[in-house]
Amino acid sequence: MKRFKLLKPGWGIFPIVIFLGIWETIARLDLMPGQFFFPPFSTVITEFWYLTVSGVLGRNFLSSLIRVLIGFSAGSIAGLFIGIIMGWNNIANKTLNPIISLIYPIPALGWLPLLMLWFGIGEILPITIIFICSFFPILYNTATGIKNVNKNYISVARILGASDLKILITVVVPLALPNIFTGLKLESGMAWRVIIAAEMVAIPTGIGALMMKAESLIRIDIIIVCLIVLGIMCLSFEKFFAFLEKKLTYRWR
Amino acid sequence: MSSIKLKNISKYVCKNINLEIFDKELLVLLGPNGAGKSTLLNVIAGLIDYEGSVFFDNNPIDRLPANKRRIGYLFQELNLFPHLDVSANIAYGLRVQKKLPNKIKASVNELLQIMKIKHLSSRYPKELSGGEKQRVALARALANSPRILLLDEPMNSLDYRTSKYLRTEFKVLQKKMGITTIYVTHNFYEAEEMAERIAVLDKGRVEQIGSPKEIFFHPTETVNDFIGAPNILTCDYCNRLSFGLVEVKCGDISLVVSSEREKIKKVVILPEDIYLSDTRPPGPDVNRVRGKLTEINESSSTVCCTVITGKNSLKVKLPQEIFASMSLDIGDEVWLILALRKLKTITDGE
Repeated sequence: MKRFKLLKPGWGIFPIVIFLGIWETIARLDLMPGQFFFPPFSTVITEFWYLTVSGVLGRNFLSSLIRVLIGFSAGSIAGLFIGIIMGWNNIANKTLNPIISLIYPIPALGWLPLLMLWFGIGEILPITIIFICSFFPILYNTATGIKNVNKNYISVARILGASDLKILITVVVPLALPNIFTGLKLESGMAWRVIIAAEMVAIPTGIGALMMKAESLIRIDIIIVCLIVLGIMCLSFEKFFAFLEKKLTYRWR
Repeated sequence: MSSIKLKNISKYVCKNINLEIFDKELLVLLGPNGAGKSTLLNVIAGLIDYEGSVFFDNNPIDRLPANKRRIGYLFQELNLFPHLDVSANIAYGLRVQKKLPNKIKASVNELLQIMKIKHLSSRYPKELSGGEKQRVALARALANSPRILLLDEPMNSLDYRTSKYLRTEFKVLQKKMGITTIYVTHNFYEAEEMAERIAVLDKGRVEQIGSPKEIFFHPTETVNDFIGAPNILTCDYCNRLSFGLVEVKCGDISLVVSSEREKIKKVVILPEDIYLSDTRPPGPDVNRVRGKLTEINESSSTVCCTVITGKNSLKVKLPQEIFASMSLDIGDEVWLILALRKLKTITDGE
């Protein structure tokens, strides 16, 4: 245990380096049948560099990023807002819950054909898909978090003279933060998974579209570049919210 | 500060409760679990709907919501806000009522001082011990200068010493501040130690109200079931020892009791405060009595025995498993130990 602790800052780098080394060796030694389908890591990195310099990667990445940011922010803000209302107010909960529980299980991509016909192929389409994909889980996590706040805290705040709105803002929402962040963390990564799928199927720009183009040109190196970008984005979005959660709650949890 | 009057309060188990708590008084609500003690506090605090009327200083306050009743309430679980540090917890009530920041700071500082928790001011609840949490919760309840203080078994989770210390401290504080207080507990000794008056609540009814002594020595039948009928021994002889201890003789039984006064007329002890043993107990011969087992009454979890020693007969209550492990029968010889600090005395002039 102690040795692992000594290695701690950045010891995760080593397995990755070893993994890349094995990859490179296998590809270089032509150990896989059809070398063509299995480019070495160095080729992928060269392509990465080329795509970046030429601006192809940047352009497509940016369009995906903007869609995720807009769709996810709108979806999570709406989810938070309605989730708080549903968690706090029983009447709102009883009214909205049946509708939402019916729509919630539909996978976000299931909406694609319908939205293609409603909005056509444009920026609205992927943003709406991301909105749907983040809205429902965040709403549920938020509502659950709010509902699960120990009622005694609410009683204490009320006796100390706080109005309902004050109780909600100063006690209930802060105490629901861990639950809220569970939703945000999961869905920020999920947004990337969904946008790629949407771009692959229906939209001509973005990382997903770039991957589909590479597929038709049998450019496996480009596909792998896109997958790497994707992996990094999912991870960094999730890590960002994990960091934010820690920042906001580590003192008292 | 104000007096409290409850008129025909009904809610859940509570049926038509009438109760008056005087201004500046410390009343203890004593009763077993499920007697309706917490319900009654929630009614007074306005946390639940109820039938009947609550009066503060003879004014009905039934229409006032909980956040307007100006009450300090200490819950059993304390419920310090985990996301706020000690200062912010104490300041919470003042903040939500939009008091001026420098005024808030002054009040918080004063309370930190009174409760002796100044060094904890920037800690979070998870970093506090049970006793410290207690102090913070009390400071928070007092911050709004409430006119009434409600305490719901606040010492339950503390060890005996800490709770005893805090209780003594609280009693002094309550006197000093002159704040009308209702203190809920299921422990008779805690009640006896705290109370000016005790109201015994059972199955949603007020069974008896009176001074601790009255309730201990003259309990009604239901109260008897709950706190147990005490053994009362009449003393023939007293001799003052040092350290506030007095030696007394009651028939053949010779005892040392703790008392400030010398002229002791009677000694009282509850059946559960007498230990029973089938062999001669180790230690000095003080407060140990040999006798003959004459009666055994077994109930689900406890056993009630009668032991005759000379002219006196003592009732002893002990847990079923302990009794079973000794395999005793009527007529067997047993030893009793009378717990020193649990022996109550009635002296002359009381």
